[in-house]
Amino acid sequence: MKKIIVSLLACATVFGAQAQTLINGAGSTFDYPALTKWFEAYGKTDDNVRFNYASIGSGGGQKQLLNQTVDFGASDAPMKDSDMATAPGKILHLPIVAGGVAIIYNLPGNPKLKMDGEIIAGIYLGSITKWNDPKIAALNPGIDLPNLPVIPVHRSEGSGTTFIFTDYLSSVNPAWADTVSKGTSVKWPAGIGLGAKGSEGVAGQVKQIPGAVGYAELAYADQNKMPYADVKNAAGQFISPSPDSVSAALATAHIPDDFRFSMVNPPGEKAYPIAGASWVLVYQQQKNAEHGKKLVAFLKWAITDGQKISSQLDYAPLPENVQQRELKLIDTIKY
Amino acid sequence: MNPANRQPDRAKSQHGDSAFKWLTLAMALVIFVLIGLIGFELLRGAQVSMHKFGWRFLVSSDWDPVNDVYGALPAIFGTVVSSLIALIIAVPISVATAVYLTELAPQWLRQPLIMFIELLAAVPSVILGLWGIFVMVPFLRDPVFPFLQKYLGFLPLFKGPTYIGSSMLAGGIIVAIMIIPIITSVSREILRSVPGLQREAAYALGATRWEVTRIAVLSYAKKGLFGAVILGLGRALGETMAVTMVIGNSSQIVASLFAPANTLASVIASEFNEATGPIYPSALFELGLVLLGVTVLVNILAQLLLKTFAGPSVKPQH
Repeated sequence: MKKIIVSLLACATVFGAQAQTLINGAGSTFDYPALTKWFEAYGKTDDNVRFNYASIGSGGGQKQLLNQTVDFGASDAPMKDSDMATAPGKILHLPIVAGGVAIIYNLPGNPKLKMDGEIIAGIYLGSITKWNDPKIAALNPGIDLPNLPVIPVHRSEGSGTTFIFTDYLSSVNPAWADTVSKGTSVKWPAGIGLGAKGSEGVAGQVKQIPGAVGYAELAYADQNKMPYADVKNAAGQFISPSPDSVSAALATAHIPDDFRFSMVNPPGEKAYPIAGASWVLVYQQQKNAEHGKKLVAFLKWAITDGQKISSQLDYAPLPENVQQRELKLIDTIKY
Repeated sequence: MNPANRQPDRAKSQHGDSAFKWLTLAMALVIFVLIGLIGFELLRGAQVSMHKFGWRFLVSSDWDPVNDVYGALPAIFGTVVSSLIALIIAVPISVATAVYLTELAPQWLRQPLIMFIELLAAVPSVILGLWGIFVMVPFLRDPVFPFLQKYLGFLPLFKGPTYIGSSMLAGGIIVAIMIIPIITSVSREILRSVPGLQREAAYALGATRWEVTRIAVLSYAKKGLFGAVILGLGRALGETMAVTMVIGNSSQIVASLFAPANTLASVIASEFNEATGPIYPSALFELGLVLLGVTVLVNILAQLLLKTFAGPSVKPQH
């Protein structure tokens, strides 16, 4: 009997030594589909590592990273300086995917519309209340715009999509920057439109209400087969959102060395202006050498080889120059 | 019980009795401890926000995460108004159903009806919410809201644009659907406990069925029915998921029931995931504390109302 127990214990120790490293992450729901695909594909190249990701929202991911309960966080908005200051170590921002935010709408006949920042801000600020407003008509000659109330739909909960959307409006419309500004949740002008929970909620409301307009990740708009607007970019072109036009935006955006950047309204000719990156957040000094080593290897893979996989899911691939700069930053991680 | 016969067993049975007593006491205490812990945690989480905003939190209608300024008034308003709408709709339906089930319905119909009511109680909140978005709200948008506006539009409650659909009224109706089963079942139990003698006495005086129900049953069960309504109200105040899905989630205080609004519970459910920084989550904790406070306050008010208006009527025996 004793022997059996001893040999069982021995087995357990052997297996324990060979056990897979479990890397924990938490955060953005926007990144979740990409990360899940990556974990699956990466598991085939290195079967000694397993990942566990809780898709609890960017805010939750930041909080858990600050509390050091996870190995990495994922967030659709860069961490605020005030939060960075409370962290027990230096936190690195690594963009892993980028995505476009589509302006979706529900109009009889589903015409393809053109919009600019002034119109979108006007709708959400309540100064444009009818679809046949002269400002919309001026950009869309030849389209028979109905005399229908415009009902803007926004996300009721905090979200990275809202951050990108309000970041864009703040950068193109001074009135918006002064009154609403940008954030994962903002104070929406009272009495205008309604809030819906989740991207699926916004898409659902826009589908339900004739005359509604909303914003959602491109993937949602595509999956729901909803019409979305071509938006005027900084170069004056009207661009349709797509992985390519978002990649073009990323390639021309100004990206500082700490990668905490905003890529809305970049100068590129072919760039779609309402787009944003999503970041993985890690400590520069890893607490656990084994976890650190595996995490670094995975991150390097994700921003290079992994990009082919994520672009199948409507995420825009990171351009070559961004990948190279990120690899250098990843090399500074110590474990 | 004859003490002489039972003497040998006595010590043993006393042991059992006292163990049983302590066990049940311990279980009962768990509830107190739980409520205490919830209150304590909420209070602790809300510290930062309470310190920063003080009493202004309760009366301010600002909700501005960008500038970290928070006030609970629109959410309190939304919670109270949507719950009131729910009660106005649910109470007559529930009490009438309970009266029908206990006084009037033929025996063969009672059990199926009760089953259906219990089935309604078992529908998950999120399913009701989905039904709300895809069936109820479009139906409210057209034809219900325009109809209400046409005939009741002179009231401020029914003014304003009707085309959004997701609104305070939609939230109230969803909550009403959710509290009908609980008010109905409790009311039914109360009415069942009215002694048959009461009814027979009224019949003996030559009362009609309606008079019997009114004089002998309803007035006798008044207090108990009020209790049933309060139970429903408690549920209505905290209802979250379905309400979040149809109320339109807009932080504003307006008279029109056609306009979007929000409630304490819906704001917490919507925004907690993405709340960053020290102040924002703390403000949400304080909303939770306010919700707890509103629920307690409403219950106390209800008790007072009961004492003042119900008079010294006989309490139904359970």
